[in-house]
Amino acid sequence: MNVSEAKKRAEDESVEEVVTSLFDNIEKSELNAFITLAKESALKEARKVDRNGAKGALGGIPIALKDCISTKGIETTCGSRILKGYVPPYDAHVVERLRAEGAIIIGKTNMDEFAMGPSTETSYFGPTKNPHDLSRVAGGSSGGSAAAVAGEGVPIALGSDTGGSVRCPASFCGIVGLKPTYGLVSRYGLIAYANSLEQIGPFACNVEDVALLLNVIAGYDPRDSTSMDKKCEYTKELRDDVSDVKIGVPKEFFGEGIDEDVEKAVWDGIKILEDVGASYTEISLPHTKYSLAAYYIIAMSEASSNLARFDGLRYGLRLGKDEDWHTTFSEIRAQGFGEEVKRRVLLGTYALSAGYYGKYYLKALKVRTLVKRNFDAALKDVDVLITPTMPFPAFKIGEKTDDPLALYLADVNTVPINLAGVPSISVPCGFSGKLPIGMQIIGRHFDEGKILRMAYTFERHAGVRC
Amino acid sequence: MLKSRKEPGDVIIGLEVHVQLNKLNSKLFCGCSPKYHDAEPNTHTCPVCLGLPGALPVLNEGAVVDAVKVALALNCKIEERTLFYRKNYYYLDLPKGFQISQYDYPIAIDGKISVNGTGGGERHIRIRRVHIEEDPARLVHKGPIECSRYSLIDYNRSGVALIEVVTEPDLRSPKEAREFLNVLRNILEYLDVFDESLEGALRVDANISLAGGTRTEVKNISSYRGVEKALLFEIVRQKNLVRRGIKITQETRHYDEKRGVTISLRTKEEEQDYRYFPEPDLVPLGVCNRIDDIRESLPELPDTKRQRFVQQYGISEYHAKVLTSELRLSNFFETVASEIDPILSATWIADVLKGELNYRGLGISAFPPKHMIQILQILRGKNITEKSAVQVIRTILDRGGEPADIIKQKGLIKVEESTIAKAVAEAIKENPAAVQDCRNGKNEALHFLMGQVMKKTHGRADPNIVNKLLKEKLQCT
Ligand SMILES: [Zn+2]
Repeated sequence: MNVSEAKKRAEDESVEEVVTSLFDNIEKSELNAFITLAKESALKEARKVDRNGAKGALGGIPIALKDCISTKGIETTCGSRILKGYVPPYDAHVVERLRAEGAIIIGKTNMDEFAMGPSTETSYFGPTKNPHDLSRVAGGSSGGSAAAVAGEGVPIALGSDTGGSVRCPASFCGIVGLKPTYGLVSRYGLIAYANSLEQIGPFACNVEDVALLLNVIAGYDPRDSTSMDKKCEYTKELRDDVSDVKIGVPKEFFGEGIDEDVEKAVWDGIKILEDVGASYTEISLPHTKYSLAAYYIIAMSEASSNLARFDGLRYGLRLGKDEDWHTTFSEIRAQGFGEEVKRRVLLGTYALSAGYYGKYYLKALKVRTLVKRNFDAALKDVDVLITPTMPFPAFKIGEKTDDPLALYLADVNTVPINLAGVPSISVPCGFSGKLPIGMQIIGRHFDEGKILRMAYTFERHAGVRC
Repeated sequence: MLKSRKEPGDVIIGLEVHVQLNKLNSKLFCGCSPKYHDAEPNTHTCPVCLGLPGALPVLNEGAVVDAVKVALALNCKIEERTLFYRKNYYYLDLPKGFQISQYDYPIAIDGKISVNGTGGGERHIRIRRVHIEEDPARLVHKGPIECSRYSLIDYNRSGVALIEVVTEPDLRSPKEAREFLNVLRNILEYLDVFDESLEGALRVDANISLAGGTRTEVKNISSYRGVEKALLFEIVRQKNLVRRGIKITQETRHYDEKRGVTISLRTKEEEQDYRYFPEPDLVPLGVCNRIDDIRESLPELPDTKRQRFVQQYGISEYHAKVLTSELRLSNFFETVASEIDPILSATWIADVLKGELNYRGLGISAFPPKHMIQILQILRGKNITEKSAVQVIRTILDRGGEPADIIKQKGLIKVEESTIAKAVAEAIKENPAAVQDCRNGKNEALHFLMGQVMKKTHGRADPNIVNKLLKEKLQCT
């Protein structure tokens, strides 16, 4: 169900009907896309819209939110046992914007614990399944949001993208997902995994709805120092016209380990855009090969610091036996955090510790600068870059869980974008068997308008829709 | 033999002074008020200063301006680009598990101020750096900390802006350390950046070593007197160890204010690794373009004011120093000096009034300047004696009231010369022996006679006139 379908149904029947049938879908579903359903408040909101009429850009439209986005009065767990029972006393900036535009929050979606992972398998609440094949992952870490849109008929959802966490599940679930430019969407209220890399991003079945949702959530917020005043009317950018666009295809993103079907589908996609008027050249981003290492060092270092606050003293998990605070605190963390979180906190702590800081963290920052420069230089010559979003389609649940390093490699095409801070969208561009494939369109800083227009044009001509 | 510059036993002290910017309208990274001191616990909090998941810090520009003011007043070099770091450590009072502070790229470096050296003369104390950081929450215990079964945490203080002033190890005695703090406090008061009377307004960590020896750090001393006492204790402790041939260990010690002793907290081996890294939620800050504006907004500082007082009012260096040692005292003086001869004002305020205030533990606000003006006017008109004037000041401080009323009630108006003459004649008549002694040149006898006259006039006679009249009558020299 997309936004205009939801609007039509609301007019024909009622918002309450739309929301009720969504909850029916979700409750019947095997996807495990949600951690918390906000049934009571959503139905109350729906009835209010039915009484007073729809107001705002998203009046009466149901939305699902990744469980790392703080919602006042709705439990927010980050997919972790340590935050079980935590009900934030405040709304994230994006949630305030959504409420102001009349959207109805139907629940909080499943995710990799603290957004750490490309498969939503590290969630304390169990993995989310892929709507196209229940034995496979939905992608991560915003797998719940993507599966809710692709498989349960939620028109729009929000995820967060630290190293590909919106684009990966969008690609695996065959929907559209956007990681905005760093600074376009306020992070206030987003429970941090790696602050310098992550952005909140929209999911939908089509590009138009992604643009509509971006209209609502983008914009300056004085509560986030990295927030910028660069918003525009994204829905107005959606024209079927790419004749002025120069595409760059970075060869490093088609390297080793890439699935044949994926490579072919993306090249076919580029061809379609060429057929409708865009030009393309092959280019090189030479420092891409160091991106993954730099990304993990930076992300884990920031995470090790961000997760220090979770000690069970003021909110979240309590074990009921209080000893001296060191013991209590260690016990809560030992039981509250999953294996992957502990691994990353330990690695991050190590990378930041005296004697290793220069060897790892500072070096990673230097690599980051080089990667950024690569992108800046490339995007001077071309308008956008196109690559596969993920090197392969959705893998089987459990297939890679024993090998963290293999899992980390899955992010190879998405993390350089987060290091550079540029925007990037994943659009469905074909199938490998019944599994969707995503094409990634990367743009200049704050050039969301252009990549949305590319994606929109592509969507019209390629005819791949969810 | 010449003393080597640093012979064992020479004391080397460096200070880290934390100053709470408690006059700002908000905390360092959120909109909560830092004026929590009379508030119920945990009423001045929000998601940011509680460190709730998802909350982000936003830098309070006012804190930056205050920090630059302080740095300029301490003659520091303001850095072009300044950065915030996370200082990671676990403690109950730290809701995020890290403190946002400055590490590399503090707001200012390389300053200096001069203080009166213990051995006389001016001494220059170098300032290594000035940086900004957030205050942790406050732990409250029921009863003494050792006996308390639990800690209560009050987050009202969490996130209040602090500046930390770090000196080079240039101080040579506990007294000099206290003198440094006085000078610093004086500057901070003039800049109007903090209210020192409030809890936590000023806290000091001190590094101490005997020359060439290992240094120890005494943490969290929260009073000026405490600094001097803690340092004295620590020096004696170290000297005793040296004398007994025991090695001093590099360690962090806690100062127990009640018992006046320092206690070992942790030794070097366990020293924390704070895993500093740049705070990703705050962008680097350039203050260069604002330095000139801030410099222009600086008020007159104690040193400049002292020099001006000497030049403008012709008062002594000593008086100028006393009068500028507190901002309000200097304002008091200028108000009085605008009506009354400045030298007379300076003497009465610095020598008399200040002494009476100190004796009672009062501040200058306890005495209205208009009363001082009135008293000095009456005194100058020779209508009361100096002794009576002091009595009026004391009465106002002890019981309040207007000078004129007090003079009237107590009958302090100076007696006429004719009344004195009458008393002199009586005294001479009643004490022939003393008169004889006096004529024989015995000074004590003159004093005795003067005392008799003063007694008869209830101390309200001008001693100069009594002296003059007695000498005339007795024709003694
Ligand atoms: Zn606050």
